[in-house]
Amino acid sequence: MLRSALHRVVRTLRGVRWYLRELTDESAYDRYVAHLRAIRPGAPVPTRRAFERMRTQRQEADPRQGFRCC
Amino acid sequence: MRTANVRSIVIWTLVALVGAAGWSVLALSRGEDVSAAWMVAAALGSYAIAYRFYAKFIAYKVLKVDHTRATPAERLNNGIDFHPTDRRVLLGHHFAAIAGAGPLVGPVLAAQMGYLPGTVWIIAGVVFAGAVQDMVVLFFSTRRNGRSLGQMAREEIGPFGGAAALIAAFAIMIILLGVLALVVVNALAASPWGTFSIAMTIPIALLMGFYLRVLRPGRVTEVSLLGVALLLLALVAGRWVAESSWAGTFTLAPSTLVVWLVAYGFVASILPVWMLLAPRDYLSTFMKIGTILLLALGVVIVLPTLRMDAVTDFASRGDGPVFAGSLFPFVFITIACGALSGFHSLISSGTTPKMIQKETQVRMIGYGSMLMESSVAVMALVAASIVDPGLYFAMNAPSGVIGTTVENASQVVTGWGYQISPGDLAQAAKNVEESSLLSRTGGAPTLAVGVSEIFSQVTGGGLRAFWYHFAIMFEALFILTALDAGTRVGRFMLQDLLGNVFRPFRNVSWKPGLVVTSAIVCGLWGYFLWVGVHEPLGGINQLFPVFGISNQLLAAVALAVCTTLLVKSGRLKWAWITGIPLAWDATVTLTASWQKVFSSDPRVGFFKQRSVFQDAIDAGKVLPPAKNMDDMHTVVTNSTVDGILTALLPVLIVVVIADALRVCVRHIRRPALSSLSESPYVESRIVAPAGLFPTQQEKEEARAAIGASPGRSDA
Repeated sequence: MLRSALHRVVRTLRGVRWYLRELTDESAYDRYVAHLRAIRPGAPVPTRRAFERMRTQRQEADPRQGFRCC
Repeated sequence: MRTANVRSIVIWTLVALVGAAGWSVLALSRGEDVSAAWMVAAALGSYAIAYRFYAKFIAYKVLKVDHTRATPAERLNNGIDFHPTDRRVLLGHHFAAIAGAGPLVGPVLAAQMGYLPGTVWIIAGVVFAGAVQDMVVLFFSTRRNGRSLGQMAREEIGPFGGAAALIAAFAIMIILLGVLALVVVNALAASPWGTFSIAMTIPIALLMGFYLRVLRPGRVTEVSLLGVALLLLALVAGRWVAESSWAGTFTLAPSTLVVWLVAYGFVASILPVWMLLAPRDYLSTFMKIGTILLLALGVVIVLPTLRMDAVTDFASRGDGPVFAGSLFPFVFITIACGALSGFHSLISSGTTPKMIQKETQVRMIGYGSMLMESSVAVMALVAASIVDPGLYFAMNAPSGVIGTTVENASQVVTGWGYQISPGDLAQAAKNVEESSLLSRTGGAPTLAVGVSEIFSQVTGGGLRAFWYHFAIMFEALFILTALDAGTRVGRFMLQDLLGNVFRPFRNVSWKPGLVVTSAIVCGLWGYFLWVGVHEPLGGINQLFPVFGISNQLLAAVALAVCTTLLVKSGRLKWAWITGIPLAWDATVTLTASWQKVFSSDPRVGFFKQRSVFQDAIDAGKVLPPAKNMDDMHTVVTNSTVDGILTALLPVLIVVVIADALRVCVRHIRRPALSSLSESPYVESRIVAPAGLFPTQQEKEEARAAIGASPGRSDA
C-alpha cells in the first residue's frame, strides 16, 4: 500500500521533471546527441557548451524562430 | 456509420446543458447580480462541444488529416528545430507562443460596452473563426514543410498578393509594438514600485544569460527558478523603494519612459540573443503559465460577482470614453487575441509545424491552444467586469475627458450614470499603493485591479497592493520581451526588403545593416509610442482601433490563404469553413476602417476630426481637450497619420483578397492551370496519439510498436 503510493509519487515527480525539461528545451542537447548517434554512430559529438552556442546563433540568424505573439 | 454509446450521449448532453445554462443566465439577467460562474460555464461548455464536434469534423472530414503521413518533424528531423515533439509539450510551447498581452488587454477595453458583447464575441469568435484559422494554417503549413504564411501567400496566390501580405505584416508589427509599449508606459508612469520592479528584470535577465552561457550551459529549469525567485524579490523590494528616498528616481513621467523604452528596444535588439532575449523569454514564459493557472484557480475559487452592466449605453450610442464607435464593428476589432488573431498564423506557420509529430494532432495543438487562449480572454473580461464600473471608467477614460482630480473625475463618471465618490477613487488608488488611478488607460492597470481583487480574496486583503504590482509586472514583462523579439522580426523583414536595393543588407549579421535597420524599426514604433503618449485625445483611444484593425486584417490574409488552399486542394465544398469567417472578418474590419476614415462623427472619423481641429486653428480657437495651440496642431498631425494608415492597410488587404479570389475562380474554371506546392506523401513510422488522452485503439498501436520508435511516448 505505502510502497505503491510512494511509487506513484516518484512516477509523478519524474513526469513533472520530464515535462519541465522538455518545455524549457533543457533536453535539447540530449535529444541532439541521441539524434546524431542514431544517424551517424561514429561522428564526433559537440560539447553541451558548443551546442547551446550554436542554438542561440541560429536564433540570431532567423529571429522568426521562437517568435512570441502579442 | 458508427453508433454512439449511451455513456457518451449522456455526458455530452450534460456538457451542452451546462453551457446552455451559462448562456441563458448571461443573456436573460438584467439588473440582477450575475456570478462569473455563469460566464465560465458558458465558455467551458461551448469550448468542449466545439472541440469535440466542430474541430473533429474539420480535422477528419474537411482537412482529412492522415495519421499514416509523416510530418516534416519526422521526415526532416535534424534534432534541433525539426524534431517530433510530444504533443503535450508542443501544446505548452504553442500556447506560450500565442498567448501574451493581447488577450489580457482587448477584453478589458471592450468591457466599456458591457460584459455580454465581449463574451459572445470571444466565445463565438474562437469557435468559428480564431481556432479554425489556427488549426487550418497549422495543417497547411505542416503539409508544406513548415512554410511561413508569407511564403504560402506567395506560392499559392501569387507574387503580387504575397508582396502585399508581407508589407501588411511589417506595418502591423510596427503598430503592434507601438501600442503594446504604450500599455507599459501607461502602467508604469508615476509608479516607482512598478518601474523599479520592471527595471530589475534587466539585471536579472543578464544574470540568467551569463549563467546559461558561461556557468552551466543549457540548465534552463534551475536558472528559471532562480530568476523567478529574484523576480518576486524585486517585486517585494519595489514597495521598499517606493517608500524610501529613492522613490523620486523611479517616479518617471510618461515622456521619460518613452525614451527609456525606445532605447531599451534598440539596445536589446542588437545585443546577442543569449544576453537578454533568451533569458527574458524563459522568465516571461514561466510567469505567464504560472500566473494564468493562478488566475484560473482564483476565478473558480472566488467566483466573483460581475458588477459591470451586461450591455452599457455606450454600445449603441458609440460615444464611449475608452474607444469611440458603436458595438458593430468596434467590439470585434477591439477584442482580437482571444477571439480571432491574425498574429497566430505567424506561429502556426513556421515554428510549430516543424515540431508536430502527427497530422492528427493539429486539432489538439491548433484548435486546443486557441481555446486555451480564449479562456484567458474570458478571465480578463471577468477581471475587468468585477471592478466597480465607476472606477473602471475613471481608470480608462483619457484625462482630457475626466480631468486630473478625483472630484472632477467623480463628477464626469457620475454624469455617465456610474456612481463613484471622490473618496472612493482616492481610496482605490491607496489600496494598491499608487498615487492615482485616474486615466490609467491601456487595460493593464484595470486588469491588475481586478486580479488583485480576486487574489486578495483568497490570500487576505493585506496583499492587495502586492497582487496589483504582481499583475502589472507580469504583463509588462512579456510586453518588453515582445518589444525585443518584435523589433528583431521587423528588422529581419526590413533587411530582406532593403536587400533588394542594396545587397549587403541581405546578410543578416552584417553589423552596419543590423544597426541601421534596428534603429529604423525602433524609430517607427517609437514614433507611435511618442504620439500615443502626447495625444491630447488619449493615445489608447486613438491608436487601439488602428491596432485592432491591423491585427484583424492580418487574420483576413491568413483566412484568404486558407480558403484558397481549401479550394485548390479539391475541398471546394468545404471552402466555407474559412470562407465565412473571412467574409465576417473582412466585413467587420473594412466597416471599421471605413468609419475611422469617413465617419462624420469627429470622435470616430480621423479626417473629420482633423478638419474640425484645423478649422478651429484657422479661427484661432482652442477646442477641448486640447489646452493650447500646440495641442491643436498635435491633434491635426496625429489624426492625419492615423487616417492615412487606416486607409492604406485595408487597400493592401483588399489586394490580397482579390488576388486570392482570382486564383480560386481560375482554379474552378481551369484546374489544370493551378499548381499546389504540397510535399509528397511519405509513410510515417511514428506511433502517437491524436488527442491529449490516448484512445484504447491508440494504446494498442503504441504497445505493438514498442521498441520501434525512439523516445518515450508516455510519461
